[in-house]
Amino acid sequence: MAAEGVAHRLATREEYAVLGSLAVMMVVSAAFILTIFPVIYDAFWGSACNAVDTWLVCSGFLQRGFTAGVLIGITAPVVGAYLVNRQMALIGEALAHTAFGGVAIGLFVGAAAPRFDYPLAFALIVATIAALAIQYVAVKTDGYADIPIAIMLTGGFALGIAVISYGVTFHATVESYLFGDILFVPFENVQLMVALTLVVVGTIALTHKQLLFITFDREAARLARINVAFYDTLLIVLTALVVVAAMQILGAILVAGMLVIPVAAAMVLTNSFDHGLLLSVLLGQTAVFGGIFLSYSWDIATGAMIILVAIALYVLALLFSVLLSTT
Amino acid sequence: MTTAIALENVSFGYDRQPVVRDVTLSVDDGEFLGLIGPNGSGKTTLLKIMLGLRTPDTGSVELFGTPASAFSDGARLGYVSQQSSESDSMMPVTVREVVEMGRYAHAGLRRLNADDHRIVDDALAQVEMDHLAGRRISQLSGGQKQRAYIARALASEADLLALDEPTVGVDAHSVDRFYDLLDDLNDDGITIVLIEHDIGVVAEHADTMACLDCELYEHSETEQFLESGVLEDVYSSARVASSWAPAAGD
Repeated sequence: MAAEGVAHRLATREEYAVLGSLAVMMVVSAAFILTIFPVIYDAFWGSACNAVDTWLVCSGFLQRGFTAGVLIGITAPVVGAYLVNRQMALIGEALAHTAFGGVAIGLFVGAAAPRFDYPLAFALIVATIAALAIQYVAVKTDGYADIPIAIMLTGGFALGIAVISYGVTFHATVESYLFGDILFVPFENVQLMVALTLVVVGTIALTHKQLLFITFDREAARLARINVAFYDTLLIVLTALVVVAAMQILGAILVAGMLVIPVAAAMVLTNSFDHGLLLSVLLGQTAVFGGIFLSYSWDIATGAMIILVAIALYVLALLFSVLLSTT
Repeated sequence: MTTAIALENVSFGYDRQPVVRDVTLSVDDGEFLGLIGPNGSGKTTLLKIMLGLRTPDTGSVELFGTPASAFSDGARLGYVSQQSSESDSMMPVTVREVVEMGRYAHAGLRRLNADDHRIVDDALAQVEMDHLAGRRISQLSGGQKQRAYIARALASEADLLALDEPTVGVDAHSVDRFYDLLDDLNDDGITIVLIEHDIGVVAEHADTMACLDCELYEHSETEQFLESGVLEDVYSSARVASSWAPAAGD
């Protein structure tokens, strides 16, 4: 704890540069999704529909679902690579459950005041506060790291259930956030996901070295005067953003799977962290496309199918690695 | 001569159990200090206090003239810890990626450039690990892992190298080469603090030696240290004291 305190006090220009870049990325992303993105989106799906004239490509909800899925398949494994290797895989689950509490609050507020009907924005706020709270408790107490995670996981879900039980009129909408629903992704949520993806990927690209160092060897990172507490907080807040983005399709219950499973499969297949990061994105994309396609073909819930395909890929990766080690 | 490390009346303990008591010690720029002491004598804790990784309960610590808690130039510090080779992390990370971490304090937020990669290549070659650069570090033996961590410390091109039993598990040939390398680095002006159980090795390479057993018993030139009789005082076992004598006389 004393060492964490030392690192915490060493606020340097590097942290200010990261925060400044984060602010710039948020502004640029907001401008992009409001101006350029809708044009690119229409042009891409318009030409794709003209080239491959099938309902799978031309239907508006599947276009939004595919776009959202591709974005989840990028951001979730990218953030998950650091979480899994720090044995923090379940933090995504805790944040998803608190985000669910935020959704419930957002729906409740939206029902009372329709002009504030933005449940994902509420989810984003609640999940970010929860992320900061988990980090604060982890730093300030000597208890086991999974205690604040367990408290947030159950507490967030309890909050959601409490609010739902009070306002039963939005029951069906709540289910789509709980279990995920590809039919339920409006275009403004796709825009929000694009912005979150740009911010998350941009921040990871900027701070990859620092995050990798504290993931692999916290003490050596502290010696190099990397502000461990700052980057811990940054990673957990990025995780909250990814979780909120992903819960529309995967649902609060399944969202952690996308953070963990493609990374676990990639870890089996590669020796390098950087290669593993890229491979986990590739596997994430395979799970998303395979899951959406099978979900459409077999009429099965999309979130569940994406996770099942991801698990199938993990099993294949394990078998392949066993095969390689025996030959 | 400027001072690399200055400890003044430093004490530290865990749960009111003193580990380091009232230590005052100064390490000059370019000094090669060998820090010895029995198991559990507080050497590793003292080294971490020196590097600013632990905050002492009382007393002050300065690194290159700046309070250790405020010292922010991580590029000047290199460290090989005692536990490095015992790490059981299954994380997919190659030897090269580990050694590249030695350049992170220099790079900050920028990408590693051609110079950084050349320095990493040189560090790998110095510890004869270049042929294993693409291997996953968790697949290596303890000795090979330790050589990778030594390469990371070398790649940091630090002004101060802190080494906590760096050659545990490393084969004899590599140990000899490693200490020759340390001598060369020290000749180039790099300050070295070495914790090592093999007192003969320390005596052969260090300019100065210090003996810690919760308190600091002696800190002097190596020859003077060996003649001081402090080893017999601190190490109660005659066997331990005699085991270093032939090597020290080499």
